[in-house]
Amino acid sequence: MLLNQFLILGAVLFCIGVYGVLARKNAVMVLMSIELMLNAVNINMVAFGFQHEVVSGQVFALFIIAVAAAEVGVGLAIVLLLYRNQTSIDVEDFDLMKG
Amino acid sequence: MWMLENAFLIPLIPALSFAVILFFGKRFIGADRVHVIGITAVSLIWVLSLVAAFQWTQRVEHPSPDAIAQISADGHGDDHADDGDDHAGAAMDSESGHGGGHSSVLISPVVTTYSKWWSNGGVDFAVGTHVDGLTVLLLVVVASISLLVHIYSTEYVKGDRRYVHYYAFLSLFTAAMLFFVMAQNIVQLVVGWELVGVCSFGLIGHWWEEKPNTDAALKAFLTNRVGDIGLLVGMIVLWGTFGTFSIDGINAAISASPGTQHLALLVAACCLMAAVASKSGQFPLHTWLPDAMAGPTPVSALIHAATMVVAGVYMIARLYPVFYDGFSIGTSSINLMALIGGFTALMGAGLAFAQWDIKKVLAYSTVSQLGYMVMALGVGAWTAAIFHLFTHAFFKACLFLGAGSVSHAAHHTFDMRKMGGLKKFMPQTYWTFVIATLALSGIFPFAGFWSKDEILLGAKVGQQNGYPLMLIFGCAVAFMTAAYMTRVVWYTFHGEYRGHGHPHESPKVMTVPLWILAGMAVVGGAFNLPGPVLEPFGLEGLAHRVQTYAEPSVYLSGLGLSHPDPSLSMALIGLGLALSGIIVTYLYFWRKMGPHGLTERNKYAKAGYTFLENKYYLDYLYNDIIVASIKKPIANGANWFNQNVLDKAVNTAGESARDSGRWIYKWIDQGAIDGSVNAAARGADASGEGLRTIQSGKVQNYGQLLFGAAAVLAIVFVIVI
Repeated sequence: MLLNQFLILGAVLFCIGVYGVLARKNAVMVLMSIELMLNAVNINMVAFGFQHEVVSGQVFALFIIAVAAAEVGVGLAIVLLLYRNQTSIDVEDFDLMKG
Repeated sequence: MWMLENAFLIPLIPALSFAVILFFGKRFIGADRVHVIGITAVSLIWVLSLVAAFQWTQRVEHPSPDAIAQISADGHGDDHADDGDDHAGAAMDSESGHGGGHSSVLISPVVTTYSKWWSNGGVDFAVGTHVDGLTVLLLVVVASISLLVHIYSTEYVKGDRRYVHYYAFLSLFTAAMLFFVMAQNIVQLVVGWELVGVCSFGLIGHWWEEKPNTDAALKAFLTNRVGDIGLLVGMIVLWGTFGTFSIDGINAAISASPGTQHLALLVAACCLMAAVASKSGQFPLHTWLPDAMAGPTPVSALIHAATMVVAGVYMIARLYPVFYDGFSIGTSSINLMALIGGFTALMGAGLAFAQWDIKKVLAYSTVSQLGYMVMALGVGAWTAAIFHLFTHAFFKACLFLGAGSVSHAAHHTFDMRKMGGLKKFMPQTYWTFVIATLALSGIFPFAGFWSKDEILLGAKVGQQNGYPLMLIFGCAVAFMTAAYMTRVVWYTFHGEYRGHGHPHESPKVMTVPLWILAGMAVVGGAFNLPGPVLEPFGLEGLAHRVQTYAEPSVYLSGLGLSHPDPSLSMALIGLGLALSGIIVTYLYFWRKMGPHGLTERNKYAKAGYTFLENKYYLDYLYNDIIVASIKKPIANGANWFNQNVLDKAVNTAGESARDSGRWIYKWIDQGAIDGSVNAAARGADASGEGLRTIQSGKVQNYGQLLFGAAAVLAIVFVIVI
């Protein structure tokens, strides 16, 4: 069944993204992993929209792409500022919120 | 008759003047020119009062049909019906016909009721005006004296630190007094009564920086409060008996059926007598009046001689049927009112001998003369009392303003020992003072002679019986009045000047009012001349004007009040007593005859003098004996109650509260509440210690927890569903 293959692809992509977010030390890589997770969700959206023959799945996917672009912009700006302050983009170095 | 129906304007004008002076005087007119407002307002009401008086005389002389009281067989009709039967009242008027030029038609008062003031428990409290001859007479007296005092004060209190308040209070007093005299019902009467009391209090204490003035103001106020209780109770009794507050209604009801409510009226009259005693300075509540001389002298002239202190006399005259019936004035030959009045007259005259303060002599003289008026009312001589009120207002105001003028000249002292010989320095004041003294003493042909003569005659003839005791009192007072006033004239104006500095005559703004008042003291008697005096001149029509115009015969005729015929012998006796009083004193002081130094030589005379000097020890009686004796047992009782009842209860409550507090502290507070609070705190502490390790500040640790938790939840979700 075609849908299953799409869902498996989305799940694999999401797992790769989660791994990247949790394991990578480079903040840019973390951001890229987040993009992977978002795109995994997009694949699910389009797949389910196709399956149920409604366009709203694809429309949501387009919205998510647009918002993700904005999010990456903000995220990269934060990373840039972090680098300027600390000369590092290693997420292990940032624990200012430690309780 | 427009003025009579719209009489409310007369008190309204000085009331507005009061508000303007108090709120705008200082800022917009200037503190030293506020008298302009007061004088303008009082001049206006003076004119209006004269218009009202003129219109009232027109109403009596040419009564229109609606002015004639309708008296039906079953009593007095107080509806002023307008049918044209001109002589309906005349037939009833058999007893008030004799005695001079009394009108044979009964003229009804102009009663205007404006609106319901307020309503309570089905009882309506109206507000309105009651205008008749008595009212317009008082209007003219109050407005005239007030106007002269306003003018006189511009010089006397010039530069005073509370000039604005002084004039504001004068205006308020004038408004209150005018409101009082035209009260339509007894509630308004009480309100006006209290208002003039407040003004009196405020003006006695005008210079309140000095303690004696404050004390005098408080004494006046508190003594009046004693009588005010009587006033309230008396008014409530009247209302309970007749079911109406209207003065017209109460008087008409008694006049229609005299004697039917005798007991209630006796109670009401006794209570109201207490009020009269306090306000009009009658024994035994007169002690505040001499102390009230602490106020500025023009105030003493206006309030404590001419107008406010006659409020009690006015109240008796206004509600005369109540007293007439209550005290059985018509049939007895002695009664409470006549006795109080006569005794007060005698006592006041006696005290006037032992005073060195000129104002206090005049104050006791006022007490004495007020006693005369009350005595006259007590013997049934209504017109004589009101006529004496009228003449007395002018010559006593003249005397007080004269005393003020003397004090103004002689460095603000009222002590006669520091005066003397002022005749040559201030002739204007001297002559006006002498004229007023002659009037007060009752020397022919001055005003006091005519009114005093009528009182003595009234006491002699009485109604059904004469009042011999009152006649003796009256004659003694006539003699004493002449004597003590001559003493004042001697000490103040004759002999050598004993003060310091150079006394000088007062300016015109003070002497002109004196001359006007002295003029009234000369001609004031002409308003109620007996018929025989006028007959030789063919002027019988002018006889007994006060009686004709002022007497509310519409009420009094139902009581059967009669007027004595003029008696030449009585007039000669009165005149002889007054002249002998003057002559004896003249011989004593001018010719140095008689027992000089008797009070030093003779211990009985000395004791008598001390007795007088200490004002019969009445102040001691009130303060040291009555107040102290009441104070001690009450204080002891209160102490016992305090110690044994209140303290015990408080202590028991305190101890039990303490014990229960201890128990609660030990078991509930410490055990339960503190325990649970501490446990919660420890739990929070421990969990915080444990959980703080989770908050590493590292984003990825949070992410791990988040995704781990999400995974666990997902597994749970899958298994459970």
